[in-house]
Amino acid sequence: MSTLIHYLGRVGLNGLQNTGASALFLMRSLVGKPKFFKNARLLCQQMYYVGIFSLLIIVISGLFIGMVLGLQGYTILVQFGASQALGQLVALSLVRELGPVVTGLLFAGRAGSALTAEIGLMKATEQLASMEMLGVDPLRRIIAPRFWAGQISMPILALIFSAVAIYGGYMVGVQWLGVDSGAFWGNMQNAVSFKEDVVNGIIKSMVFGTLVTWIAIYQGYCCAPTSEGIARATTRTVVYGSLAILSIDFFLTAVMFGGVQ
Amino acid sequence: MSNRSLEIAVGLFVTLGVIALLVLAVKVSGLSQFSFYENNYALTADFENIGGLKPRAKVSIGGVHVGRVKSIELNQQAVNQGLLFSARVQLLIDDHVKLPQDTQADILTAGLLGDNYIGLSPGFSEQLLSPDGHIAIENTNSAIVLEELISKFTSTKASGF
Repeated sequence: MSTLIHYLGRVGLNGLQNTGASALFLMRSLVGKPKFFKNARLLCQQMYYVGIFSLLIIVISGLFIGMVLGLQGYTILVQFGASQALGQLVALSLVRELGPVVTGLLFAGRAGSALTAEIGLMKATEQLASMEMLGVDPLRRIIAPRFWAGQISMPILALIFSAVAIYGGYMVGVQWLGVDSGAFWGNMQNAVSFKEDVVNGIIKSMVFGTLVTWIAIYQGYCCAPTSEGIARATTRTVVYGSLAILSIDFFLTAVMFGGVQ
Repeated sequence: MSNRSLEIAVGLFVTLGVIALLVLAVKVSGLSQFSFYENNYALTADFENIGGLKPRAKVSIGGVHVGRVKSIELNQQAVNQGLLFSARVQLLIDDHVKLPQDTQADILTAGLLGDNYIGLSPGFSEQLLSPDGHIAIENTNSAIVLEELISKFTSTKASGF
């Protein structure tokens, strides 16, 4: 019994310590005198690796998720004679939920794990330590550009995902299954509001982008500098990132759409 | 990869994001329709019962979309020792549409299970409703609430009329 309580206490203290350390870590890498022109080049480079390399998986999975939504939505709606509402169903579910969440999950798997592995390997091969010896702050040089790159890329990727997926739903619903094209877009435009649905979706994707990138860079920076440590840190990035996205998404949805006052 | 082509690629990526945002704004949420309602004027109308009418519901004349519901609130009036309750609905109507003073407002339902909307039927008066004008409760028809219809029907059946 006392060992159980001892264990619980240790887990709780560890969790608190990790949260505090990661917040301090983020603050130290972001707060400081900005060197804009020098950092813009680093940021550009990181956006290339974080954003553009994720583009292919985002576009392809977006297209297929949109097509599946169109197909499933149609087979169910047509039983109620409401196949006209397909556009509304596809657009609302994508813009509000699937766009930010699925992009976040893919982003954690594709870009988050790569960030952790890269930073972890830099640590294991003592590149970070030698940078400090040279008087370059690794937090500012390595961590900050990667954080901003993830933070900026994620909303862009989510927007592209939603747009492509709606096109996928259009292809299946209108061009294949024969829903009327005017009703598809018209119902969609009546149901989707820019301020409430699209903007809230963008806010969600920004929150997820921050969370995933933060977890990824912290895990990379704090991993055990061994090959096993890097492997574990990479796994943890994907697991923690996905769990964080799914749980935070529930609360964001409740606040944004659930009528919580 | 040289610095220049890297920057071009990132530029293209950001442009792609902006295009996606534009698609979502214009094609999906129909944002361009809002500019149509920038030039509009407000009317109020009192109803006995608005059923399931919601803000942003459409207002139409003969099926043509001419405006939206802006807000709905409860209106209390003291009428000889009692209180009269009605629903006051604020409408935004496009500037091009001029309405006569005896315009009638009905709450209609799109299809059997569809959303409620407001249908306006212009009358024959030569005087026009001014901006911030009011459609009195005598000139409005309430929403048809399906449950009330059914209970009316069953009670007339039971009483044998």
